[in-house]
Amino acid sequence: MLKDITIGQYYPSESIIHKLDPRVKITFTFAFMVSLFIINTFFPYLLIAIFLVGIIKLSNIPLKYVLKGLRPLWILLLLTFSINAFLTPGEELWSIGFLTITREGLNQGIFMLLRLSFLIVGTSILTLATSPIELTDGIEKMLNPLRVIKVPAHELAMMMTIALRFIPTLLDETDKIMKAQMARGADFESKNVIKRAKSLIPLLVPLFISAFRRADELAMAMESRCYRGGDGRTRMKEIFFGKKDYIASSIIGFYLIVIIGLRIVGI
Amino acid sequence: MDKMIRIENLTFEYTDGDRVVKAIDNVSLDIKKGEFVAIIGHNGSGKSTLAKHLNAILIPTSGKVFVADMDTSDIENTWAIRQVAGMVFQNPDNQLVATVVEEDVAFGPENLGIEPKEIRARVDEALKNVRMTEFAKKAPHLLSGGQKQRVAIAGIIAMKPQCIVLDEPTAMLDPRGRKEVMDTVYRLNQEEKITVINITHFMEEAVNADKIFVMENGRVIMQGTPTEIFKEVKKLKELGLDVPQMTELAYELKEEGLDISSEILTVEEMVNKLWP
Amino acid sequence: MAVIIKDLVHIYNPGSPFESTALNKVNLEINDGEFIGLIGHTGSGKSTLIQHLNGLLKPSSGKILINDLDITSKDVSLTEVRKKVGLVFQYPEYQLFEETIYKDIAFGPSNLGLSEAEIEIRVKDAMEITGLDYELLKERSPFELSGGQRRRVAIAGVLAMRPDILILDEPTAGLDPRGRDEILREIKEIHKKHNTTIILVSHSMEDISKLVDRIIVMNKGAVEYSGTPREIFRYGKRLTEIGLGVPKVVELAISLREKGMPIKEDVITIEEVKSEILRNLRSKKNA
Repeated sequence: MLKDITIGQYYPSESIIHKLDPRVKITFTFAFMVSLFIINTFFPYLLIAIFLVGIIKLSNIPLKYVLKGLRPLWILLLLTFSINAFLTPGEELWSIGFLTITREGLNQGIFMLLRLSFLIVGTSILTLATSPIELTDGIEKMLNPLRVIKVPAHELAMMMTIALRFIPTLLDETDKIMKAQMARGADFESKNVIKRAKSLIPLLVPLFISAFRRADELAMAMESRCYRGGDGRTRMKEIFFGKKDYIASSIIGFYLIVIIGLRIVGI
Repeated sequence: MDKMIRIENLTFEYTDGDRVVKAIDNVSLDIKKGEFVAIIGHNGSGKSTLAKHLNAILIPTSGKVFVADMDTSDIENTWAIRQVAGMVFQNPDNQLVATVVEEDVAFGPENLGIEPKEIRARVDEALKNVRMTEFAKKAPHLLSGGQKQRVAIAGIIAMKPQCIVLDEPTAMLDPRGRKEVMDTVYRLNQEEKITVINITHFMEEAVNADKIFVMENGRVIMQGTPTEIFKEVKKLKELGLDVPQMTELAYELKEEGLDISSEILTVEEMVNKLWP
Repeated sequence: MAVIIKDLVHIYNPGSPFESTALNKVNLEINDGEFIGLIGHTGSGKSTLIQHLNGLLKPSSGKILINDLDITSKDVSLTEVRKKVGLVFQYPEYQLFEETIYKDIAFGPSNLGLSEAEIEIRVKDAMEITGLDYELLKERSPFELSGGQRRRVAIAGVLAMRPDILILDEPTAGLDPRGRDEILREIKEIHKKHNTTIILVSHSMEDISKLVDRIIVMNKGAVEYSGTPREIFRYGKRLTEIGLGVPKVVELAISLREKGMPIKEDVITIEEVKSEILRNLRSKKNA
């Protein structure tokens, strides 16, 4: 059951968004995040929303599925709204007890709520439409130029791949260890916070030891397959910039220009 | 080069705390190209340590190991040796490094700097060879133990080795998984003529070998064909090893005065001998 | 009656696209002090079944009674259940975590709320049964030991809880023949000494047939056969069909019978086959 959790929730499809070079998608995500912090009025949100919906439609991922990602974070969203709504000084709109919502607060609250929501949805599109391998390959390719200043691009990408590979396996093992300790009377559901923390020791110690053992065996297996770092390595699946990637890049550039323009003009 | 592996007076020692352990004690043996060899012994006999010398994970304290005429103690040879002698380990999980099966099979060739189109061709062929083609795009953690080991084997044969060393490859598998893996390995030896060295304590896996080496206390104390080895029922039992049930039965019948050779390994052979 | 299982059903992920029925109306009774071998291919439901017996899993429907305690009822105390039923998982040595062997084995009994004095007695006993030297090992780290020894520590950890029913899931997995023989011998000792009800889950017909009073064969989430080893191996053909085997000597007996040698129906060990063969060959000679 735990096996079905996919970190980053990749949603496989043959859409044009899926087929874009991962570097384009990573760059877009950054540009998108930056754009959210540039705008300071409500109108651009409308344009951004239309843009996002367009991308989601192109990706063949159901809109409902994308928005599902907001649900587990509803507390965070509520908190963001509330803090801004109740704590911003200004013209009083409504109060109950010692809690006051001002006009400015309401504005600010909704604004921040939108920013956070769009942030979450925008970044989740990246992981939904890009497989873990493509992501690590894209990151590796983008970090490669930094190797001149000793950034271990390949090693970082390799670490990410191995981590992604072993997350389901380690989750499985956690489950097994928990069951074994529960069979010996361990209680992982105590209401007492201290007891609960202590109860993690029989879980974490074996898990860590196991993780180190795995790392050891994996390293030996990798060396046996002639792994010696990134030098001289080729890739079976190379990522190439194609026509659609150039088009997508220009769209991103255009998007940023529009956003910045709106900000300058003050809309 | 007709000797795939040459081991000459190999001794391997390591320090454990304040004492020196002699894991391998003056072992000499040869393995010919295309042979299917089994090395058997109980845990601690030195068989796994010996296996790790075959692809230069360990190098001798004294003596020499030659793989395809390359000296393992010369680090210049290490990578060439590891391409020639591939190794499959005991734990199916801790060998698979990628998030998708075909990516993992490609790992070895990628390390060798093979050109992408060629890697693709090798991966497809390797998966076909181990009968795992339909699982090419699946995630490793969803596979059974036997399937994982077959992917590991595919990852090795995609590097086009001349020999495969398997260090207790079925120890953690259920009977079905064991059969899947051994069938695959046996077929690779017969059809692709890859030299196979199988380290194991399961006697059924040694029964079909061309040659068996029995290890104890870091030494090779018996060597020969399966028939020659398994008829030494008493000795094998003293060493804490299993004997095929049929061979043991034949031995017992002989002890009771029946005129029957103790060179019987399978049920079929026994039936034919008893009630022809 | 140690264990009564009535119409046990377990469905994983009900109502989702991943729904699967692991146990399909299992009915089973195990007597006090019986030594049971539970066998079945991967996916037959044996893991799911044993996890119900100590409350790790709750049934989708059905009832389980352990020594007359209904463990499937809503307000059953899991501590009570785990006092009665001890479960040793596969590769139990991977669950060790304490600084000393004493502390690790004491983990179980201390979770039961026992006194220090009582815990010490139990740890000593458990170590003795599993062949671990108390004085030598009690202060050592479990991680200093070999794999086989660590497995013994893990088993001792469950034995120290003094369960009425002991379940062991493939206790010989990954061990070499010598290690396997030792562990099975110790389990037999436990059964003899304390008359503990034991359920041994295994893949190896050869291992179980020598040890157990009764074999339960599982297939596709239900009990296919239940009987003594002799009774079970009669169904050799069917057992092979469902992915299990029979010991080679049983195969031999079947083949010889097919060829015309009148071997007795219920031979299961090398000794017995040998006697039968000799008997037949000598009478053939005298005929």
